[in-house]
Amino acid sequence: MKNLPSRNSYLTVVLGAIILLVAYIAESSFDPYIVRILNMWAIYVTLVVSFVLVYGVTGQFTLAHAGLAAIGAYTVSLLTLPPDAKMVSFLLQTPHPLIADAQWPLLPALLLGGVLAALVGFTIGAPALRLHGDYLLIVTFGFSEIIRLVLINLPSFTNGAMGLKGVPYLSGLVWTVGGAMLTVILTNRLINSSYGRALKCVREDEIAAEAVGVNLYRHKTLAFVFSSFFVGIAGGLYAQVLGTVDPNTFRPALTYAVMTMAILGGIRSLTGGVLAAGIYTMASELLRSVEEPRMIFGYDFPGLPGLRQLAFSVMLLLLILFAQRGLMGGNEFSWDWLRSRFKRKAPKKEGGEA
Amino acid sequence: MDLELFLQFLINGIALGSLYALIAIGYTIIYGVVQLINFAHGEFFMVAAFMTMWGVSQYGIQLGLAFPLATLLVVGLALFVDRSVYRPLREQKTSSFIGAISVSFLLQNLFVVLFTSRAKPFPHPAILDEVINFGTIALPVVNIFIVGVAIVMFTGLFLLVQYTDMGRAMRAISKDMEVSQLMGINPNRVIAFAFIISALFAAVGAFMYCSKFPYVDPFTGAIPGLKAFIGAVMGGIGSIPGALVGGFLLGMGEIMIVAFFPDLTSFRDIISYVILILFLLFRPGGIFNVRMREEKV
Repeated sequence: MKNLPSRNSYLTVVLGAIILLVAYIAESSFDPYIVRILNMWAIYVTLVVSFVLVYGVTGQFTLAHAGLAAIGAYTVSLLTLPPDAKMVSFLLQTPHPLIADAQWPLLPALLLGGVLAALVGFTIGAPALRLHGDYLLIVTFGFSEIIRLVLINLPSFTNGAMGLKGVPYLSGLVWTVGGAMLTVILTNRLINSSYGRALKCVREDEIAAEAVGVNLYRHKTLAFVFSSFFVGIAGGLYAQVLGTVDPNTFRPALTYAVMTMAILGGIRSLTGGVLAAGIYTMASELLRSVEEPRMIFGYDFPGLPGLRQLAFSVMLLLLILFAQRGLMGGNEFSWDWLRSRFKRKAPKKEGGEA
Repeated sequence: MDLELFLQFLINGIALGSLYALIAIGYTIIYGVVQLINFAHGEFFMVAAFMTMWGVSQYGIQLGLAFPLATLLVVGLALFVDRSVYRPLREQKTSSFIGAISVSFLLQNLFVVLFTSRAKPFPHPAILDEVINFGTIALPVVNIFIVGVAIVMFTGLFLLVQYTDMGRAMRAISKDMEVSQLMGINPNRVIAFAFIISALFAAVGAFMYCSKFPYVDPFTGAIPGLKAFIGAVMGGIGSIPGALVGGFLLGMGEIMIVAFFPDLTSFRDIISYVILILFLLFRPGGIFNVRMREEKV
């Protein structure tokens, strides 16, 4: 809408630069455990924001996240694993010649992971997005599971169910945080473009959208492929941070986790997604300590494995029953809103477009 | 392949197909009346198996008593879930599906926390482990039992749906919710009844499935649940004969893949998903071409 960069966009750039600088410093000076948590937060942000675009903004409920992330994760792992490290993982068979000697730098590997995920996303979305409601979510769920099962059954590429170990940590906070910021910014731009208005129109009323000339199918596919790309990137970074990938990581539970975060944040809000991803990551770490067996006051406390997942499933149920607006509803953080807070004017209605 | 081996596979296929068909009934009945994919159905199945096992191994209850108790518990659980989760979300399609996912997820994880995820042996009557030999063909007793119980259950269901008031009300609701309300049918009662039937089928299916594959863990329900769901979609979800035929074909097909294409054995889950997707894309009404309420605007 505006051709000249406004004061707000300068503020955004400055904030982005500060966050990246902090990420850069944090990488070397913070405790590795904290760095890992921050990494996970940033990756979850990428995953959640891409879910918000498809479900929250376009209104298409899909369950393909885990499978698409797996594409990115395996692409990045296979391309960045040094050839001799591959030999360590592939015990039972020789890796396929196509990948045996590949050793790419991180950036092209990540991008290829994203592009492949987007291609697979297109392959899934092109037929599935013609369907509605129940059919759409079952088809995307099925596709996601097919990807995982194919990964198990293609041992010369993926080392089957045993997965890959020793993925080199080439990325870092700057990468994960940068990726998350890029996703948020680009998704936000998309939402506020004419395409984004068309997407929201599709969500609100498909028939009306079609009547005003929105090509339903093209727009749904666009949103889906756009989000798949970032899911692939997030998957690649995920593999980098974990250091291992195996098909079990990409069970539907991963999709449910992303869905839980998106609903916690308020399904239409990018800001909410960012916050919720943070809360989820922290809560997950806190609960992890409860799960592990330990000695408390000389009493041998056995730990409660599974408690984390239980807590999150209870949270998801409570959210969907009692708090569907989540933290933010459809509101977004914006500089104008922040300014109105500081000026202590009569508080404007929260939100508006960022 | 010689005839005897083929007959062996055929018997197994019939048994597995009957199991899938039984479980598929649970999905299709719920979908028929509320248009909800009850993702937690596999978990009702798991709870039934788990509680039977728990009653026998922990409290020493006779199997003949433990199973009915577990069934009652699952029926109660289904009613509770319907009342407290699905009913408040009934008007919101996606939310009720998310509700179903979270119930399924919650039950799985609750059982992991309570009982750990270790697989435990399922207690079943010793007679089911026996094998009757007809010449060279071995006929496991459990397979006869499965097919027999399935026939009884299906006949009962058919009579119920065809000839009782509740059955008529169920059929009316699946045709048109509003008009049947005008005719004095209380949809919530009918839906609750559908959940009772579906939980009953889940429990019976669980008992037979776990007698055939005698281990239970908190994820026992996931795979048969999914397979049965695919069967229900194949037949046309919402249709009872559809679930019967679809579930049966899927079970039979799975065994036949193992029989004729042993190389593809590890691909059979992929094949089931591909079948699911192909049906949804090209024939969403399934083999019986069921038309659901939402399609008529």
